[in-house]
Amino acid sequence: MRLAGRIDLLTRPWVWSYLGALLVWLAAIAFTHGYGAGGMLTAALALAVFCVITGVAQMFVITLGPGNVDLSLPANIGLASAVAMKVMHGSDSLIAAGLLAALGSGIGIGIGNYLLIRLLRIPPIIATLSASFIIQSTGISYGRGLQIKPPPGFAAFTTAQTAGIPLLAIGTAVFTVGAGILLHRTIFGRSVLAIGQNPRAAWLAGIAVERVRCATYVLSGALGGISGALLAGYFRGSSLEIGDEYLLASIACVVIGGTSVSGGKANVPGLWGAALFLVLLLTMLNTFGVSAGIRLLVTGFVIIAVIIAAGGQKPLR
Amino acid sequence: MPAAAANIVRLDGVEKHFGAVRALAKVDFSVDAGECVGLVGHNGAGKSTLMHVLAGTLTPDRGQIIIGGEPRQGYAVEMAQKLGIRCVFQELSLCPNLTVAENARVLHPTITGWGWRRRASRLIRGKLDEMFPGHGIVPDALVGELSIGKRQMVEVARAFTVTKAPLHLVILDEPTSSLDSHTAGQLLSYVRRVVATGVSCILISHLLREILDYSDRIVVMRDGAAVAAGRASEFDRDGLVTAMGGAAAGTVRPEERAAGLRRTTPVRVRARPATQKDGRELVAHEGEIIGLAGLAGHGQTELLIRIFSGASRRIPGVEVTARVALIAGDRQSDGIFPLWSIAENIGVRSIAALRKGLLISPELEKRLAERWQKRIRIRTPDLRNNILSLSGGNQQKALFARALGSEAKLVLMDDPMRGVDIGTKLEVYDLIRAEADGGRTFLWYTSEADELKNCDHVYVFRSGRIIADLHRNELSEERVIQSSFEEVT
Repeated sequence: MRLAGRIDLLTRPWVWSYLGALLVWLAAIAFTHGYGAGGMLTAALALAVFCVITGVAQMFVITLGPGNVDLSLPANIGLASAVAMKVMHGSDSLIAAGLLAALGSGIGIGIGNYLLIRLLRIPPIIATLSASFIIQSTGISYGRGLQIKPPPGFAAFTTAQTAGIPLLAIGTAVFTVGAGILLHRTIFGRSVLAIGQNPRAAWLAGIAVERVRCATYVLSGALGGISGALLAGYFRGSSLEIGDEYLLASIACVVIGGTSVSGGKANVPGLWGAALFLVLLLTMLNTFGVSAGIRLLVTGFVIIAVIIAAGGQKPLR
Repeated sequence: MPAAAANIVRLDGVEKHFGAVRALAKVDFSVDAGECVGLVGHNGAGKSTLMHVLAGTLTPDRGQIIIGGEPRQGYAVEMAQKLGIRCVFQELSLCPNLTVAENARVLHPTITGWGWRRRASRLIRGKLDEMFPGHGIVPDALVGELSIGKRQMVEVARAFTVTKAPLHLVILDEPTSSLDSHTAGQLLSYVRRVVATGVSCILISHLLREILDYSDRIVVMRDGAAVAAGRASEFDRDGLVTAMGGAAAGTVRPEERAAGLRRTTPVRVRARPATQKDGRELVAHEGEIIGLAGLAGHGQTELLIRIFSGASRRIPGVEVTARVALIAGDRQSDGIFPLWSIAENIGVRSIAALRKGLLISPELEKRLAERWQKRIRIRTPDLRNNILSLSGGNQQKALFARALGSEAKLVLMDDPMRGVDIGTKLEVYDLIRAEADGGRTFLWYTSEADELKNCDHVYVFRSGRIIADLHRNELSEERVIQSSFEEVT
């Protein structure tokens, strides 16, 4: 029984992302002879949070099926960070208002993306890409490139930790449990999974395909907005480029975490493993002292390798 | 032919397992040159698996494959092609994004160089003309845009085209499942003509009449074994059904119903085809089973889809006053969710009702699936298995369970018996009748004339229009065929 359970665990794709994260961490601390092992984990957890939130957003969109991806996340995050900081205006009493504003900005972007896709019949990949140019221009004229500081209370909240574990990481862990339930146990999640496998069959099975697609892009936008506000708090100030690395990171987390790029199959636990793996991989390369170019190169190769490894599954019949 | 008596293929003691399911148990099977072998058996009896072994797409766990008198090691698709063995599978295998001619080229690597497309067009058009005179298929048409019946015609015609490679044996797995009776007749008489020239055929069909009329020899399979074999003249319909282990032998028996004109129950559907010029429309009352007949691809599916859409938004000419569920006939593109389990595939139409509070309850989902597994006899050791682990007919049963297990009062059926065996069909007919008596309404498009006997009222289609409506008392195959070919005025 126990042996069978263990074998079952090993056949789950997301286990490998955790193993990868562990290996990379061990390699890094072997290089530093154990120095800073705990600190490295704390920092990795804090940074992984943002990968996980944007990863959940991207996961729902990618699961909708081939061609679905949200390329507007970086611009969305940038704009939301500026909106949140401007509304908070450095005052602790306006934190809630600022968060709501960021959320609203993200939801608006999600609705905009969906309208481009639906009304103008633009493929999602192009719609979200062109939307991101519009969002960026809006951001530039809105924020005038100024960096606005977060209120002290909000900055403290985003970096707070208990026993070496960032508060945000705990909150995000709870959030991902919720995302898993949303995916597997609600009508919305089941619908996303069905549409990703076969949109026509989903429609004929009575699923409100377009409503679900709309909700998915809005969800992605909303999560982008929230992570924009949190990032501005964590990095002590908003900036339009603050979300740039989360385009590749979010897609990489989804893929490495065991979600199918061709849609219909998603994996929430894998997101955490993949996010930790990616963040620790960068930390390790940093401790080795390699250049930024090599870092990008390695990240790219890892993603390609995972897609090749995951693509080898044979059909049943 | 000098070696006419020799087997062109022989399988000795072939075995195949899928996990815990034994699909083939020591099967011996052979085909002589120039004969047509009919292969029958219930869903999951192992017919398709055996043919996959013969075509080289599945490797048996044990047993020998002897072709042209020689045992073949490492037998696979390429070798089968070289040895002149072709196969038309139940799941259509043309590439939907390519044209008819391009699909023909896929099978013939020798068509290369300048003008290959023209030569491929000529090849496939010639064969289509020979097999299905008046087929109306253009070689430049994209396969994905053809109706499922036309796709099947192309697939079958392609299997008989010859360039450099020899052609000895064509396996036809349910070749008439999407064809109307006229086209099916064309195909089967072509099979007889080609068999007379020395090519062999294996014919799989759930229409026992086709098997009895067109094969030289018949092999009956049951639970993964060949249980009976003999000359076709030694069998009759009842004999075959008994050999297959038919629980419900006998003929289709339409239950007698009081001969009134139409029911007086509330109207559930009123729908006019988009291209209908006169005032004719389809009407269905509560508790009625309405048949949609005519040659395949003449607008029956389109009207079903219009009615389906009409249930959720306004469509001119369509009025639907009930919740609707659809049973797809083209299960690969319209029905199955290939990544999901059998239980999830059954439950998807009912997810709203499977909730406890806000969340879907796996317990309720399992119970729904188990209830329908019993009622419709889905053959599987575990409902948590992937849907693709089922044979084609059992996948179709899962789609029935999906629709009938839902709250829908109106059930649309788009030629849903493709690949379903006779025993199951009789059970499903009874089930449909019972559900109709319980107040459900069925709209049933079928390409099998026999099935119309289960309907209370039949609308005949031609060129996208309703051209006749027949009450069950006036219904006969001749009337339907006659109406199908009448000139539209």
